[in-house]
Amino acid sequence: MPKRTFVCRCEDVTLAEIDHAIGLGMTKIEELKRYTGLGTGPCQGKECVGGLAALLCARGLADPDRVQPFTARPPTEPVTFGALAAAGDDE
Amino acid sequence: MGVMSPKARQMGSADAPLPDACDVAIIGGGIMGLATAYELAVTSKLSVVVLEKSYLVSGASGRNGGGVRMQFGDADNVALMMQSIEICRSLAQQLQINLWFRQGGYLFLARTEEGQRRLERNAKIHKEMGAPTRLLSGAEALEIVPQLHVEGVRLAAFNPEDGVVFPWPFVWGYAGQAQRRGVVIRTHTAVSDVTAAGEGLRLSLSTGESITAGRVVNATGAWSIELNHRLGIVLPNHPHRHEIMSSEPLKPFLDPLVADLATGLYFSQSTRGEIVAGITMPADPPHEGDGPPPIELDSSRNFLSRMSKVLVQVMPLTGSLKVLRQWAGPYDVSPDGDAIVGPSPGLPNFYQVCGFTGHGFMMAPAVGKLLAAHLAHGKAHPMLERWRPSRFADGTSTRREDMIIG
Ligand SMILES: Cc1cc2nc3c(=O)[nH]c(=O)nc-3n(C[C@H](O)[C@H](O)[C@H](O)COP(=O)(O)OP(=O)(O)OC[C@H]3O[C@@H](n4cnc5c(N)ncnc54)[C@H](O)[C@@H]3O)c2cc1C
Repeated sequence: MPKRTFVCRCEDVTLAEIDHAIGLGMTKIEELKRYTGLGTGPCQGKECVGGLAALLCARGLADPDRVQPFTARPPTEPVTFGALAAAGDDE
Repeated sequence: MGVMSPKARQMGSADAPLPDACDVAIIGGGIMGLATAYELAVTSKLSVVVLEKSYLVSGASGRNGGGVRMQFGDADNVALMMQSIEICRSLAQQLQINLWFRQGGYLFLARTEEGQRRLERNAKIHKEMGAPTRLLSGAEALEIVPQLHVEGVRLAAFNPEDGVVFPWPFVWGYAGQAQRRGVVIRTHTAVSDVTAAGEGLRLSLSTGESITAGRVVNATGAWSIELNHRLGIVLPNHPHRHEIMSSEPLKPFLDPLVADLATGLYFSQSTRGEIVAGITMPADPPHEGDGPPPIELDSSRNFLSRMSKVLVQVMPLTGSLKVLRQWAGPYDVSPDGDAIVGPSPGLPNFYQVCGFTGHGFMMAPAVGKLLAAHLAHGKAHPMLERWRPSRFADGTSTRREDMIIG
C-alpha cells in the first residue's frame, strides 16, 4: 500500500503517519486517535476505525478477538444546536 | 496531514524498562506530571520516572477545552498566568511540536450587576499587573464578535493575549522532550501503594514491579483523591464531572473564547475549526457511602440541550451548526479555589500537585517550572506558600479567586 494512502479521510491521516506513531511506541486505538487525530472528524471514526483495527491485527499489535473501537461519543449522528435547543430535557 | 508534526520523539510505552531507584518518581502522565518531568530534565541532573496507569492523555489533560487566560480575579493568579502565556509563546519551538496556540483573546460578558462589578474589579487588578484587559460595552463587543446577541450585556471584558491551545500535542510535546532528555515514561502501569523505604519511598506497581524514589510527586489530578485516601492523606479536594462538546469544523471566524458569566457558558473555535463549548451544570448528587467518590465520566443529553439553548441565544447563527461529539472529564475541585501543591501532611517526601479545578491545563507550563525549581534547587515561590496542602488542617485556607468557569 502506498504511504500516501489515507486511513482517515476526514482528518487526512495517512498510513505513513500511523506507521510513524506505531514507531513511537503507540499501539492502542485510543492513543493512536489522540496522537494522529484519526476518527475525530465528521464521521467520528465510522469509516476509519475498522481499517485501523485490521491494520493493528495484521501486524500482531492487537488481538482480533479482543480489539475494541475507541469509546463512541454521542450523538450517534451530527445534530444541530438548534434542534437540541428545541428538544426538552431528559428528566 | 493529521495533527502531529513528523519530527515528534518517542514517548512513553507500556514496556519502557524501569530502574530500581530514581530521585523523583512522578505519578500521573497528564500535563502537570509531564511539564514537571520536562522542567526537571531541563534544569537538573535528577533521575526522573513518570508512571501512568493508562495512556498519556487519558485524564483531564486530554479532555479539556484548551482555554488559556490571564483574566483571573486575583492578582497572584493573573501574574502566574502572565508567566504561563509568556512560556506558551516559545513553547512550540522548545517542544518541537505544533501546539495550535492561538491568542484570539477571551471575551467575558456580564449581564448582571454583580457580574459587571466583578469585571470592573478585575480590570483594575489587571491594569496594576500590566495585563492588557479592556472593558467594553455590548456594542463594542460586537466589533470583536459580530455574530453575538448582546442585548442585556451590561459590560464586557476583553484581553487580546488570552487564547486557546489544542491540548493533545501539548501533552505529547512535553512527553517527547522529557523522554529525549532521559526521563523514563512508563504507561499502562498504575501505582497501587506507597510505603516508607529508608530515606525515600517505595512505589508498588500494578505490574507487580516496584521502584524506590527519594521523592514522589502525586500528579494524578482528580484521581489524587483516591490515591491520597489509600495512603491515609486527608485533603479536601473532590472530583466533579464536567461535560464539553465539539462541533463540525468551520472556517476560522471566531477569534476569542467567549464566556457568559451569568450562565457559565463558554465557547471558542479551535485552530482546527471546531466550536468547543461547555457550561456550568448543577453538580451531580454527592457520593454516598464509604471511601472516596468515584470518577464519573458519563455524557448526558441534559448537558447538550441546556448548553445548546444558551448557545443559540448568545450566538444565534450556531442554530444550524452540528454537534459532532460530546464527552466529559474530571475537574479536581479544591474547596477554596486554589491548587494544592507541596509536601503532604504526615508524608513530606510525597508532594501533591493537584486541586487545579478547571484551570490546571493553562497553569501547567508555569507550575512545571516553579515546582521543578523547588524540587531540584529548593527555590521558594510565593504560589508554593499559598498552595501549601497544610493550609486546610491549620485553618488558614481562604478563598481569593472567583473567576472559575464550569
Ligand atoms: C471538560 C474539561 C474542560 C476543561 N477546560 C480547561 C481549560 O479550558 N483550561 C484549563 O486550563 N483547564 C481546563 N480544564 C482543567 C484541566 O484539564 C486540568 O486541570 C488539567 O488537565 C489537570 O492535569 P493533571 O495532569 O493534573 O491531571 P490529569 O490530566 O487528569 O492526569 C492525571 C493522570 O494520572 C493518572 N493516574 C491516576 N491514578 C494513577 C495511579 N494510581 N498511578 C498512575 N497513574 C495514575 C491518570 O490516568 C491521568 O492520566 C478542564 C477540565 C475538563 C474536565
